[in-house]
Amino acid sequence: MDQFKDKLLSSFIVFENQLNGQKNKPFHQLRRSAIDTFETKGFPTVRDEEWKYTNLKPLFKKDYNVFHSSEESLEFRDIRRYFLSESDTYKIVFINGFFASWLSSTTHQNYDVCTFSSALEKYQDIIDEYAGTIARNEDSLTALNTSFAREGAFIHIPDGKVVDRPIEIIFFTTDGDNNTFIQPRNLVVVGQNSQCNIVERHQSLGNQHTVSNCVTEVLAKKGAQVTYHKIQNDAPNASLIDSTTVKQEKDSTVTLHTFSFGGKLTRNNLEFDLVEPGAQANLYGISILNDYQLVDNHTVVNHISPHCESNELYKGIFDDHARGVFNGKVHVFPHAQKTNAFQENNNLLLTDTASIDTKPQLEIYADDVKCSHGCTIGQLDEDALFYLRQRGIPHKEAQALLMFAFTTDALRGLKIGELKNKLNRLIARKLSVNIDFDL
Amino acid sequence: MLKIKNLHARIDEVEILKGINLEIKAGEVHAIMGPNGSGKSTLSSVIAGREDYEITEGSIEFSGEDIMELSPEERAHMGLFLSFQYPVEIPGVSVTNFLKTAINESRKGRGLEPMPAKDMLKKMREKMAMLEMDKSFMSRAINEGFSGGEKKRNEIFQMAMLEPKLAILDETDSGLDIDALRVVASGVNKLRNENNAILVITHYQRLLDHIIPDKVHVLQGGKIVRSGDKNLALELESKGYDWLKHEPAI
Repeated sequence: MDQFKDKLLSSFIVFENQLNGQKNKPFHQLRRSAIDTFETKGFPTVRDEEWKYTNLKPLFKKDYNVFHSSEESLEFRDIRRYFLSESDTYKIVFINGFFASWLSSTTHQNYDVCTFSSALEKYQDIIDEYAGTIARNEDSLTALNTSFAREGAFIHIPDGKVVDRPIEIIFFTTDGDNNTFIQPRNLVVVGQNSQCNIVERHQSLGNQHTVSNCVTEVLAKKGAQVTYHKIQNDAPNASLIDSTTVKQEKDSTVTLHTFSFGGKLTRNNLEFDLVEPGAQANLYGISILNDYQLVDNHTVVNHISPHCESNELYKGIFDDHARGVFNGKVHVFPHAQKTNAFQENNNLLLTDTASIDTKPQLEIYADDVKCSHGCTIGQLDEDALFYLRQRGIPHKEAQALLMFAFTTDALRGLKIGELKNKLNRLIARKLSVNIDFDL
Repeated sequence: MLKIKNLHARIDEVEILKGINLEIKAGEVHAIMGPNGSGKSTLSSVIAGREDYEITEGSIEFSGEDIMELSPEERAHMGLFLSFQYPVEIPGVSVTNFLKTAINESRKGRGLEPMPAKDMLKKMREKMAMLEMDKSFMSRAINEGFSGGEKKRNEIFQMAMLEPKLAILDETDSGLDIDALRVVASGVNKLRNENNAILVITHYQRLLDHIIPDKVHVLQGGKIVRSGDKNLALELESKGYDWLKHEPAI
């Protein structure tokens, strides 16, 4: 870990020298203080309470390329299957950290759907106002991302606009021979009473080890409605550390779906700040893992203001030696009366070697609140299995149907038809059955 | 159609079936009656292939084939249907989607193509009308929040859709009020023909007023202690099961 840390620290100097004019902009001050934070704190270890169940050491013992070359031979038809649609979505596509304009479909009409790097050049006022104000800069991995932040998605929706189609953000890595470390940085600002739907995906196309340390900041202004979907179905050697921080103003609704079906190690840090009354945060997660895959869902909902609501529902299915971690913290601040906070984590373990560590944490400093939490760990219901088999549904398909049924309440509210179909197919493939689940 | 010889079965070291002999021919309706704990539900589970039970002796033949080694789904594909005493609630799976999967997997098991969606829908509508079921059933999750009567009606609806060769109705009358009993029984009667057979398992005689059996068997202590025609059911109803308490197995 120390070796790779040293490599990152020295890479920062190289990176800084590539920045030219950007070096003198206020955002770079943020990078500088962030690299100091990372230098002081380093990679988190299992001694750190928040990383007790997920050991990053094996991951960062390896060496990774930090600087990459752009790959321009990738064609849309080769990667069509990772997208929802060929023409009915906006697309912000990156390959090895570089923007791939020929695969993308951006816009500046009515709203901006483009790249973080172009925003650094063109929308400096928005960058200065929001970038780095929502993310947790004291967190060492967020700081590491901030110190190299230059590329990623930039979505800025002014007040009163409804984005007419879903926005797809996809990060591809292709480095065939090298282990790859990338650090995408996304900023999403949704104006008052505006609406947008986002789908984010990280996809390694090579066999080498890939680690993405991704940071996303989302601001939902008064009355904004944002639905954010994260599809995590990456290659067996690909790992993702995702830190997404959401700030919600009055009467805004943000729904975040996390679908974890693959990848070596997936760590989701989701943190919501409900800063004004009437904000509603919905966090839904479905993890279906097998082999030696690991998903670690760490969520924090900060009820800072009164009259806010949060709903959290995470469903996990773990087969083979797969491991899950769920750590859900709900923090109700002293003045946040009339808070409604609901949290649930249900898990199915299909083998004796699969495991889940689940830890709900409620910290409540107000006295007029409704908070609930619960977690369950179980196996498939044998009576239900027999019932389905008696009706002619074979064992494997019956199991799949029950597992799908187990996840469905975390799938509610999905509005994008093509996304439903895609998930339907992904889940069927993940459970290796050929049945139509009908979402 | 169904031939059971000297069937012994146990669960967790406890012997429940102690030598059952039963033969049902195509076109027949048989009833098995017996007090609680006599082994009625065990018998239906064992015929359907539930793996919790261990068969220690005897044989089960269905359609001329030994089915003892077959999985529940393989037996279902051969045309065996069990209407459950306690149908299982499966949240998240709609009645339509469940039936579509069940029918097409059964067809696949028999080497047939999937049923066209249009035909499936038409058939569903017909059978629902026959059982006086509301169309809203189709989109509801299977058995979730169904009343006892609705669950039983839904079982017979599935039977109507799957058109089994042998249907075992396990305590189908429990939870049904008089009107629902009439509708369900008339549905079952419409499904009867010379090529299929029905085994009614019941504690009470009242269902047999509507589904008239050709033969009635009394199960007690894991054995069939008496067989007769429909009048045996009436006799049992008036005399109670104690009447046959000390009857030896036949």
